[in-house]
Amino acid sequence: MITLEHVSKSYSAGIPALNDICLNIDEGEFVFIVGDSGSGKSTLIRLLMKELKPTEGTIIINKQDLKKVRHRHIPKFRRNFGVVFQDFRLLKDRNVYDNVAFAQKVVGESNRNIRKRVPQVLSMVGLAAKYKSYPKQLSGGEQQRVAIARALVNEPKILLADEPTGNLDSNNAWEIMKLLEEINERGTTVIVVTHNMEIVKTMKKRVITIQKGVIVNDSCEDEQDEN
Amino acid sequence: MRINTFFYSIRQGIRNIGRNKMFSFISIATMSACIFMFGIFYIIVTNFNAMIENAEKSVAITVFFESGISDERLEEIGQELYRRPEVADCVFVSKEEAWEYVKENYFEGREDLAAAFEGDNPVANSEHYEIYLSDVSMQDALVSYIETMDGVREVHQSAKIANTLTDFNRLISYVSAGIILILLAVAVFLISNTVSVGISARKEEIAIMKLIGATDFLVRTPFVIEGMIIGLIGAFIPLALLYVMYEKIVEYIAGQFQFIGTILVFVSAEELFHTLVPIAVILGVGIGFIGSRLTVHRHLRV
Repeated sequence: MITLEHVSKSYSAGIPALNDICLNIDEGEFVFIVGDSGSGKSTLIRLLMKELKPTEGTIIINKQDLKKVRHRHIPKFRRNFGVVFQDFRLLKDRNVYDNVAFAQKVVGESNRNIRKRVPQVLSMVGLAAKYKSYPKQLSGGEQQRVAIARALVNEPKILLADEPTGNLDSNNAWEIMKLLEEINERGTTVIVVTHNMEIVKTMKKRVITIQKGVIVNDSCEDEQDEN
Repeated sequence: MRINTFFYSIRQGIRNIGRNKMFSFISIATMSACIFMFGIFYIIVTNFNAMIENAEKSVAITVFFESGISDERLEEIGQELYRRPEVADCVFVSKEEAWEYVKENYFEGREDLAAAFEGDNPVANSEHYEIYLSDVSMQDALVSYIETMDGVREVHQSAKIANTLTDFNRLISYVSAGIILILLAVAVFLISNTVSVGISARKEEIAIMKLIGATDFLVRTPFVIEGMIIGLIGAFIPLALLYVMYEKIVEYIAGQFQFIGTILVFVSAEELFHTLVPIAVILGVGIGFIGSRLTVHRHLRV
């Protein structure tokens, strides 16, 4: 599903943000990407979203070589992803329903499909009853659920979550992680960037550790080595 | 483009105006001022043109002949003048007709005095051609030409009013073109500014849209529509004002300056606005489109 071959990224003269990254993530996997601040995790996410171009190397997502994706086809390419952020990034002037429907409207979905799909996905994240609430009326955990609903509503193949529990207390963080696990079990590839090592250790999923732009550990490879 | 996307863009464009009230108001006000000035100048220039046209119709060059000129030569001169492109009409006035005109205009009610001249036409040497021009600006050249013709004694011209109107109209056209250009530049700048403010206010929303997979078209179009709607409103407000004002002003001027009523010929409001409305709407929407499109391209590299 996602393949990076010798990918490097330098912003300007100096230490590269990512250096010779080789990585393979299969369809339906649940992967944690961990590392300190400035280790290159965000750069990796931005490369996957084609917000940045690699200085060297090849990125293949869903059988598409990103070098060959033309500028005008980037929007369509990005519809492979659902994205969740630490700070939720909900539209404050719109209620829960409209925040989720927004994602469908921008891809040109019909009103009929929007009316059908949005309640389904809100029900899935446990917020069906709060569809009229505005973001400021919700707890942090609920806001993140809305963000996840928005990321999922277009049925992406890959869900990218950048520090999804960073602004949440322990209980809410676990609920969000359980939700992400459920989503993964339904077949969506989930990539979670996080600092929360407690969650990472408890969930026992594949963990890719990046330090100073280099992958220093990949639990998947370790398992393969052990096998 | 899907129909949903089209309506979504229009709705967002309208909402942008609401979200950005202050700058939208300033832009609409500037656009209105710009179109209002344009409308005023357009109305003045159009009316002056109508007055000139009317004056041209009544302006005549009068050509008198040397005494004893043959009828054949008179006929030749008439034919030659009639064939000239700047001549709209060429009318021969015989000495008898000239005397009748004098009697009607100067001896009205004093027929006894006119009768004293019976049998002795005092304007016997006044047979002439009256030449009406299609383009009054050619008058001087035509007069110079006629003066060189064989058998012509004297040429009278009476185009001072038309010439003055033509010169004045030209002056107004230049001044108005200059002022309108400045106002248009200000309007483009202000619309661009309004759209920039809207883009900054919605930076986060735009970022989310891009990540979700919104096309360049969908991100940009609401801002362009916002500019076009500002332009459209900015065109209709002054058009309505001008329409209400025009007939009242025409009525007032006609009442106050009755003594030059033959010169003051105003174009009807219907005729005037039949042309002015589409021009003003195209101008307003066009400026809105250009101002917003330039800004969107500068600030929204999707």
